[in-house]
Amino acid sequence: MALVSIPAPLRPAQAATAGAPAALDDAEAERIRRDFPALEQEVNGHPLVYLDSGATSQKPRSVLEAEQDFYETRNAAVHRGAHELAVRATDAYEDARATVAAFVGADADELVWTSNATEALNLVAYAFSNATVWAERGRGGAELRRFALGPGDEIVVTELEHHANLIPWQELAFRTGAVLRYIPIDDDGRLDLDAARQIIGARTRLLAFSHASNVLGSVSPVEELVDLAHRVDAFVVLDACQSAPHMPLDVKALGVDFAAFSGHKMLAPTGIGALYGRRELLDALPPFLVGGSMITTVTMERAEYLPAPQRFEAGTQRISQAVAFAAAVDYLRETGMERIAEREARLGARLAEGIAAIDGVRLLGPAPDEEWYGHPRFGIAAFDVAGVHAHDVGQYLDSLGIAVRVGHHCAQPLHRRLGLTASTRASAYLYTTEADIDAFVAALADVRGYFGLTSKAGS
Amino acid sequence: MSLDSLYQQVILDHSKERHGSGFAEWLAEAEAVGYGESHQLNPVCGDEVTVRVAVADGAVQSLRWEGQGCSISMASASVLHDLAEGATPAEFHGLVDAFREMIRSRGQVQADPEVLGDAAAFEGVSRYAARVKCAMIAWVAAEDAARQAGI
Repeated sequence: MALVSIPAPLRPAQAATAGAPAALDDAEAERIRRDFPALEQEVNGHPLVYLDSGATSQKPRSVLEAEQDFYETRNAAVHRGAHELAVRATDAYEDARATVAAFVGADADELVWTSNATEALNLVAYAFSNATVWAERGRGGAELRRFALGPGDEIVVTELEHHANLIPWQELAFRTGAVLRYIPIDDDGRLDLDAARQIIGARTRLLAFSHASNVLGSVSPVEELVDLAHRVDAFVVLDACQSAPHMPLDVKALGVDFAAFSGHKMLAPTGIGALYGRRELLDALPPFLVGGSMITTVTMERAEYLPAPQRFEAGTQRISQAVAFAAAVDYLRETGMERIAEREARLGARLAEGIAAIDGVRLLGPAPDEEWYGHPRFGIAAFDVAGVHAHDVGQYLDSLGIAVRVGHHCAQPLHRRLGLTASTRASAYLYTTEADIDAFVAALADVRGYFGLTSKAGS
Repeated sequence: MSLDSLYQQVILDHSKERHGSGFAEWLAEAEAVGYGESHQLNPVCGDEVTVRVAVADGAVQSLRWEGQGCSISMASASVLHDLAEGATPAEFHGLVDAFREMIRSRGQVQADPEVLGDAAAFEGVSRYAARVKCAMIAWVAAEDAARQAGI
């Protein structure tokens, strides 16, 4: 069965890339591109230039086939039933867990399947809030008390978070009486690390931040922030939505307590994401959603719960999606995450240089020649076109078959801080070619002219 | 669909000229007769428009607006200002209804320039489903503000 996913024998891809493998160049990107049926089409009379992978990635045939193969050969409910298909489905589901967990440096039982990263982050927030209620009502042991929050406790985020890593903490603070604080950013979007050192202190119980910004294209100073949090025994929640698809990720090496990521941004289908949590934390936290498949004993009065990860997987699960997610990480691992990251840094630089060279266009995040916190820009670049609303920029580009994201990218506070209500964002992935970026930059140079504003390409 | 059918010159011009934008100029007279005000937000793109409508002597005495957003949303507010001021309640509602019917028709309803004037230029927007809300936002606000103003 060629499509069965085999757990990685090694920790993530970077561990396997001894020596110096050949760089992922444009010729290879062209070959990769042919694995993605959706990229082989015309849009509005032009070949599709897909620069919206930061929103969702396209899917290779191997992923589409893995999902179809599951339904054709192994479809059954998992962790129940004694028949052969149920056994095969359970094996495929748990093999997929091991594969995706290994991809991010975790053990299989430290990876919980969720619908998406938003649900993963909400799961942590609701588990903490349930721990607070359990502790108040005298349920559970001392292990549980360390998650309980109340007045005087502080939850810390940053000003640049995606709404999915902001609102769950706002609501957790509201439910428990804790205070939500944030690490501010400067006029360009850089985290104020001096302020972080002041804010993260004895009252801090939890720090949540994104590994890589979905707007700025910057990679956060994870080591420094984790160190600040752990010095005061605060839990660290990492939003890895934009890092897991684009760079090697080893949650244990980073030392975070929880990490959330989405399948659909990394070649997998929609409808599946994952939460990594340190084993001892997942086993001690109360469940979020409750019901079938996550219990040991149920009476009419109460229930006892399984250990993680089943503890957090109530109801029939996303089985075919999990299998396809494993096929997606197999594709990424075989391509090599170091190579993908290095490629995307080059594409990010090409995007940034092209955008910054156009008169009347403001590039957000690091300047083309800048590295923030010692990391190059990854393959995302958002920008503001003077006098032309992002929606109109996107419409113009779409008329040429170029797909970009417009709006606030689920980061309203960040945009407000940068003096904007919306921006346009181009984002690359392993199938993006230099020709894609050049077509986009050439079209962008014409936008202001189309809308009756002076525009000329920079020198 | 060509992009020029969406971005007709009338729309591009109004998106820059922005007739009726700003509340500073009319506050005194509007305060005198009283006015309705409505704020509308499109959470998808962050476009927002606030419209004030004052009614006096059986007609829309003043319709002014403030907002930020794409060229379609700004131009449609500007055109609305030109068309609505001086309209009777029946004419105002007839205008809004005709615009809504055209803009939501996915290209099926032809614009009647007799009724819609410059707003007929938005006919092309009706074929871009993602932009229909942009065109409607000021008109929805105006309808709400007019209701508060008693018409």
